[in-house]
Amino acid sequence: MGGVGIAPVEVERPESDSEVATERPWITLVWNDPVNLMSYVTYVFMTHFGYSKDKAQELMWDVHHKGRAVVSSGSREEMERDVTAMHSYGLWATLQKDD
Amino acid sequence: MALHGFHRGFTGRITARFDAVERAMLTDLVGQLTEFITPAEPDPWGANADPLARMLGIDPAAERSDDPALARLFPDAYRDDEEAATEFRRYTERSLRDTKLANARTVTDSLTRSGEKLTLVDGEVQAWLGTLNDLRLTIGSRLDIRDDDDVADALSEPYDDDDPRSGLHHVYNWLTYIQESLVQALTGISSAPGMRGS
Repeated sequence: MGGVGIAPVEVERPESDSEVATERPWITLVWNDPVNLMSYVTYVFMTHFGYSKDKAQELMWDVHHKGRAVVSSGSREEMERDVTAMHSYGLWATLQKDD
Repeated sequence: MALHGFHRGFTGRITARFDAVERAMLTDLVGQLTEFITPAEPDPWGANADPLARMLGIDPAAERSDDPALARLFPDAYRDDEEAATEFRRYTERSLRDTKLANARTVTDSLTRSGEKLTLVDGEVQAWLGTLNDLRLTIGSRLDIRDDDDVADALSEPYDDDDPRSGLHHVYNWLTYIQESLVQALTGISSAPGMRGS
């Protein structure tokens, strides 16, 4: 048996992407809706998620132009809480596994 | 009626002016909303129910409504997984209804309390935003506003005066104006002109 060295040990590490995927496997999506005001959607993103005005407006434009945007990611329980909050604000939100 | 939305006053308070006709109309609309979202079955658990289900407000019979307005107010949380959506709904819909009903009560109380000038206290702002939004979602659904082209149509005058939807359409635009003014008073953010949807 060889001695125990103190040199750095080569350990195979997962790619950072898959690490994130394992830790944050669920996402909350907000879908485009012709009724909700753009200003209100921005306000909700700032209020609930604590996003800056710039970030909140960027997400709002994503929803508007692309039809949907990922607004948060985390555990399934966290995403269920976010979706419930979005529904209580009247936004159309769903959660799913981040593929 | 002259349009008076919400403003932030010099003291930082959020105020609005609604005349008696406007207050009566808002009170009536919020009353209709309350009736609309009150669960049809006040006690779905019955005498022999699981006490834990009753305590947690789990409604074993909750299902997505066939009414498009209710389906929009209480949407599926899972898009491609009906089983998960139904289970989630059973755990959460009743408390979501309670939240919306409590908002509606707060709005009604503030209207009852106020005269021509309404000053919102902190907790009332969220309730007003939520209720105005719920009303607009409901009426938007009734007017069949489904995409941004419909929004553009709604901003113009799509209905003749004798069309039954004409009145609802005016109410919708009025509520939009009030909600927009409230968000702007809170944040300084306004929607791009002519593009109401998100």
